[in-house]
Amino acid sequence: MSDPTILYPVSNTSREEFLAERKKQKNFITGMRFFILIFILAGWEIAARYHLIDAFIFSSPTRIFKVMLQMAADKSLFYHIGITIGETLVSFVLVLIIGTLIAMLLWWCRSAADILEPYFVVLNSLPKTALAPILIVWLGNNMKTIIVCGVTMAVFSTIINLYTAFIHIDSDKLLLIRTLGGTRRDILRYIVLPASISAIVSNLKVNIGLCLVGVIIGEFLAANAGLGYLIIYGSQVFRLDYVMLSIIILCILAMVLYQLLYFVEKHYQKKQ
Amino acid sequence: MKPLLDLTDVNYTYQTAEGETPAVKNLSFRVFPDHFLGIIGPSGCGKSTILSLIAGLIQPNSGKIAVSAEIGYMLQKDHLLDWLSIKDNITLGPRIHHKLTPEKESWADKMLEEYGLAPFADARPGQLSGGMRQRAALIRTLALSPGLLLLDEPFSALDYQTRLTVSDDIYRILRTQHMSAVLVTHDISEAISFCDRIIVLTSRPASVKKTFDIHLTLDEDRTPFKARMAPEFKDYFNEIWGELNV
Repeated sequence: MSDPTILYPVSNTSREEFLAERKKQKNFITGMRFFILIFILAGWEIAARYHLIDAFIFSSPTRIFKVMLQMAADKSLFYHIGITIGETLVSFVLVLIIGTLIAMLLWWCRSAADILEPYFVVLNSLPKTALAPILIVWLGNNMKTIIVCGVTMAVFSTIINLYTAFIHIDSDKLLLIRTLGGTRRDILRYIVLPASISAIVSNLKVNIGLCLVGVIIGEFLAANAGLGYLIIYGSQVFRLDYVMLSIIILCILAMVLYQLLYFVEKHYQKKQ
Repeated sequence: MKPLLDLTDVNYTYQTAEGETPAVKNLSFRVFPDHFLGIIGPSGCGKSTILSLIAGLIQPNSGKIAVSAEIGYMLQKDHLLDWLSIKDNITLGPRIHHKLTPEKESWADKMLEEYGLAPFADARPGQLSGGMRQRAALIRTLALSPGLLLLDEPFSALDYQTRLTVSDDIYRILRTQHMSAVLVTHDISEAISFCDRIIVLTSRPASVKKTFDIHLTLDEDRTPFKARMAPEFKDYFNEIWGELNV
């Protein structure tokens, strides 16, 4: 008895069909994303209108929208957003500068890196929020505290990440500079820094979020302006509309800042 | 004639946490002007260590290394830097020494022109083929005008066909510039086709096991490719093969 012959089915999907199918799938995903957003907003609004939830403590989309218009009219909204963005960007730039400089120094002096490693590991795993109250005592109830709060949030992980990137560069590339008669300084300038730019840029993407977290924590404790201040103020005087509005703006802000750096990264990669 | 390079009883031992590894033992040889020396040996016998010693990247534990020429070192891979253009890559040496003069720049342009890389002067290394990259790496090494070139398996990363062409190119460049070379390789044919003298090393720790002077009968000017057609080629090959496998 011979084995039965199996005939495989053919699939002659045309290019057009394939593309149409892909487009359909993409539209479905985008559509579902919007649907979820609308579903949540509508559900929230209806629940508040029909007193399923207490609009006084849960607020509602229309109430938030009204508060937003009102705060936009007296410009206080832009003031608070501007303060938070400004503080975040300053701490973000400080993290970039301080982190890169310290990582460079550690690369330069390997013994220092080995000695300090456990300290950096501890500082990095420490919940940085625990430092905020001390910062207020040390630096006072002002913007300096908030910016330092943002810096402490991201600077230790930046140092560790960049130092790791620096020491993992192909050692043959370092040998190349030495065969050309170069010194450690030349290695840093021609190899280590340029080879680490992609590591630095992708680190920025993480840092912007961390700095924002640090700044909001700082504003919770030591501020009279900014979105973090608005959240604390709103919850203390039971104006939950303020709180919800601030949180929504923070969501948008975090997304915009992240996307901005994402484009920076894409632009850099394209240039390479 | 005064040798460009003279090694006498050189010893070198690697120290690591696990222990010490003698890499070079009582090694002596010389390289004269306009001479190409091939160093061949079993893999892991310390060939690259010898080049590092000659280049002064590491210091011998004992023995004497006398060098009377500027040394250029060409590594196994081209290591062109992705973040620099080809022109900037080949002028990296002078740039490091703060000697990037207009004369050097025009020299670089001339070299790029001569070796078919002129259209790629502003390109990134990623846009070049393997053979072109290796030529660019050679020009980079030559930019510091060395008199003695150290070549560490410079063709091994290339496919066979490119390897024969690039080998011919580099041979021609070195001959016209009247340079000497030390070529480290594990490829017997490559060594015979390229070199005037070949030393076969013992397994680690490396010392000279046997020296071969290569004399090939050729009707025309020698190139590594034509050298492979010489009647003596096969005999040298068999002899060296025998030495390596005793």
